[in-house]
Amino acid sequence: MITVLTLLPLIGGLVLLASCRSREAARMTAVLFAAASLAVVVLLWIGFNPASAGLQFEEWHEWAPCLGIFYHVGADGLGILMVTLAAVVTLMSLAASWANKKQGPTYYALVLFLESGLFGTFTALNFVHWFIFWELSLIPAYFLVRLWGGSQRARAANQFFLYTMVGSIALLLAFLALYLGTGQFDFLRLADLAHNGQIFPTLAQNLHWAGSPDRLAMLLFWAAFLGFAVKTPVVPFHTWLPAAYSEAPSETTMLLTGAMSKMGVYGFLRILVGIFPQQMEQARTTLLWFAVATIVLPAFAAWAQKDLKRTFAYSSVNHLGYCILGVCAAAHFAGTQTENAAALTGVLLQVFSHALTAAALFWFIALLERRSGGLRGIDDFGGLRKIVPVLSGLMGIAIFASLGLPGLNGFPGEFLIFKGSFALTPWATSISVLGLLMTAVFLLTVIQKVFSGPVNPRWQAMPDLTLTERLALAPAMILMLVLGLYPQIIAGMVSGAVNQWAAGVRF
Amino acid sequence: MLAWTIYTSFLGALAARLAPSKQLARAFALLTALAGLALGLVALVHWQPGELLTVARVAWIPQLGLEYRLAADGISLTLVLLTGIAATSGILFSWNIEHRTQEFFAFYLVLIGGVYGVFLSFDLFLLFVFYEIAIIPKYFLIAIWGSVPKDASPENRGALREYAAMKLALYSFAGSALVLAGMVAAWAISGGHSMSFDVLARYPFPAHFQMWAFPVVFLGFAVLAGMWPFHTWAPTGHAAAPTAASMLLAGVVMKLGAYGCLRVAMMLFPGGLAPWGFHVFGFGSWREVFAVLALIGIVYGASVALVQRDFKFVIGYSSVSHMGFVLLGLMTLTQIGLDGAVFQMFSHGVIAGLLFAVVGRMVYDRTHTRDFNDLSPLRLAHVIPFAAVTFILAGMASIGLPGFSGFIAEFQVLAGTWRAFPWMTAIAGIGILVGIAFTWRALQKAFYGEPAPGRAAAHHEALPPISLPEKCGAILLLATSLIVGLYPRMLTDLILPALNSPLFEGLRTGAWR
Repeated sequence: MITVLTLLPLIGGLVLLASCRSREAARMTAVLFAAASLAVVVLLWIGFNPASAGLQFEEWHEWAPCLGIFYHVGADGLGILMVTLAAVVTLMSLAASWANKKQGPTYYALVLFLESGLFGTFTALNFVHWFIFWELSLIPAYFLVRLWGGSQRARAANQFFLYTMVGSIALLLAFLALYLGTGQFDFLRLADLAHNGQIFPTLAQNLHWAGSPDRLAMLLFWAAFLGFAVKTPVVPFHTWLPAAYSEAPSETTMLLTGAMSKMGVYGFLRILVGIFPQQMEQARTTLLWFAVATIVLPAFAAWAQKDLKRTFAYSSVNHLGYCILGVCAAAHFAGTQTENAAALTGVLLQVFSHALTAAALFWFIALLERRSGGLRGIDDFGGLRKIVPVLSGLMGIAIFASLGLPGLNGFPGEFLIFKGSFALTPWATSISVLGLLMTAVFLLTVIQKVFSGPVNPRWQAMPDLTLTERLALAPAMILMLVLGLYPQIIAGMVSGAVNQWAAGVRF
Repeated sequence: MLAWTIYTSFLGALAARLAPSKQLARAFALLTALAGLALGLVALVHWQPGELLTVARVAWIPQLGLEYRLAADGISLTLVLLTGIAATSGILFSWNIEHRTQEFFAFYLVLIGGVYGVFLSFDLFLLFVFYEIAIIPKYFLIAIWGSVPKDASPENRGALREYAAMKLALYSFAGSALVLAGMVAAWAISGGHSMSFDVLARYPFPAHFQMWAFPVVFLGFAVLAGMWPFHTWAPTGHAAAPTAASMLLAGVVMKLGAYGCLRVAMMLFPGGLAPWGFHVFGFGSWREVFAVLALIGIVYGASVALVQRDFKFVIGYSSVSHMGFVLLGLMTLTQIGLDGAVFQMFSHGVIAGLLFAVVGRMVYDRTHTRDFNDLSPLRLAHVIPFAAVTFILAGMASIGLPGFSGFIAEFQVLAGTWRAFPWMTAIAGIGILVGIAFTWRALQKAFYGEPAPGRAAAHHEALPPISLPEKCGAILLLATSLIVGLYPRMLTDLILPALNSPLFEGLRTGAWR
């Protein structure tokens, strides 16, 4: 089932490259394959047993046993959540690029390849198998930015690629060391060994490590951390992001922020929490400072931006900071299990909700850009709510969702993260509230400058959303409301996994 | 059967030389190369794991104990397959040679025959003979058909080619001289009865002899493997050679050196890897010395490639960097590291071949320039998209992205390094990063350049489209890299049993961990 899911978009991309010559045929094929993938995801939801904490839909085959490489896929609540958001965001992105004339068959093929890479990353359970998808999803993303981006695209794409590679190589070296110590690449087996506290003493012995095993463990932990910190990103490893997000075509930014950034959070949960729990607790204070920096500084940076895409790029960093805060706060064994579970459930809600909101926001920016001929400065507009009330209204909803207004999807996640984290780490959570405040400030600034104020005469003739656009946006908007009012859909799905972590993190 | 890879190559060389027309010469050459590849594949299918396949055994000079003895274990077979693939694709990429075509393919096939001979020899003297046979055609291929930078004046062109050809030949001969010294000494000390590998590998050479014979022989072969600081022939030679010859030089000939390091120096004189018992500048054994040289090669090769203006030199230096991984893997003396080293020989052979094919055949033969400043305004990605896509995929394979053969190779070498020299792993990791940087820079400059400011719009002169032989060659090489990358057992099942065979007993019981 999961193999089918991963292969479907890959085959779709190849079919598309081989057969589609026109843009129309290509986008139709792409949407069909993306919709089929979503259908498979829905089947997974139906077949999924949320009560069980273990992995479901597991597949296991020999690949290269002498190197510890096995084909091992499976999904727990976390995996299901991630593939769902990947499928949803891909469809949203394809819908957003429906009317973009610049994007031909190659573009759509790359989007499908990226989707396949995301599915693979979120379901693979053997490091090498996982790493293939982790790295290969970077290639389509690189070319989406490189070939269809704005005027600075070459620089932005290269920076994006190189930064991510630095993290990936650090991660690879860390896992090679783990493999030498244990002969294992399997995430689950490694996690078992880590929980028994066996990995690092054996490892230090096998590597003829002169220092203490704890130092080695810490070294490997930070190397692995770097890989995910660049991808998520965590301040100060985020510097590639504003350029990449703003230079990428907005439809691609939807994928980058909606789905690819979640690869980092997924890595935090699956790998860092899974395999390095003791190290996480030891380094918890430092990690919390990283999380606080990731929440607060980008919120200020977003306020200072003049370009809407850069504003929302920084806002994205800020929102992922909440996830990092939740994960790091929960890496505390002495805390009560309820608080850990609250924080982790919040993280997962936030992951999904941010995917939805951020993708929607960049979709609206794409719509605005198409109407304004590419202009997207925060001061370029004004009074839009009088000219294009529907567009402004819906985008306003998305902005409020991003702000965390109760009733919309952003609220439950942030609320639970803060609720859980405050009990676990009052100081970090308190400082983070500053970020929450600044988020409100810059988001309201956007609303004020773009939608209110005097009407900019230049846009008098701007057309409002067409019926097609409204219909395309409708599912996303409905989903935002539904998740805001009934977050239990997701919380229930992941409860099994969360309870296991909350219990497993403290032993 | 496998011995026929050698004979068909020499026969094919004769046939190509005597062919009445150029087209016929090409056809003969292609058939010969395909025959070699087919023989290798047949051997692969009939392979019993761990087997040492005796191919031919005839007394040659019985008075001196010399035999004409060919045999193949998994390592030899891996490299024979590589040679078959590289030779076939090389011929596909030199389909457009019009100047003295018959001679070109004759030299080319003699080189292939010599390479097969080296990989299949099971007698040290025989190996040396084939090794020398392979040097001669290299010289002529570069000196007659070599490529030179566009701005070289006409009277200078011949000199430039000869410089590169001569440099390569002299380096090779100097290396050979070292090998010869070690070889003769080993023969004399072991009693002069036999030069067969199994006899020599069993013979207990005195420790002090191994201590000097190992570095001498290793160095002799490592020169051809492009070990820093004896690598300088490689970029010059690669850049000056015609496309097919660069593909072979980087793809196969450098592997001759690495193969010699493993098969002769390390297999016969494992005692030379033991610690000296004292320290000089912090080095405690030849193993550490060569590992550091390999590491310098990785980082230095990549850094120099990062600042080249000449597209072909970028790939030339990248070969130095990637061969550094082979040597580093050998020096880890771990099973995984040695496996990675042989894997990298195969992988680099395929990938470097492809990179040189893109640069030399697809780009240079069409634009007649290798200079980034000239290529950049052409924006070749829009003119010959097939070349751009091929380079992207080859570049991905070259920087070791998972899914391609390069990943499995580097991953094993790095794992071995973690175990043997933990601190070197981080530096090798930096080397990989620089490798990514130069590959991506070359991609940008060569294919996705921006029109130069001040200059009129790039002249979009119609370049000839990518021909069918080129497409076949590119697909053959890419598919090989992908198949091996996705299904590494294909090679590891060959290499690991060979490393665990009695031949490598001395190495395993020595410093092997």
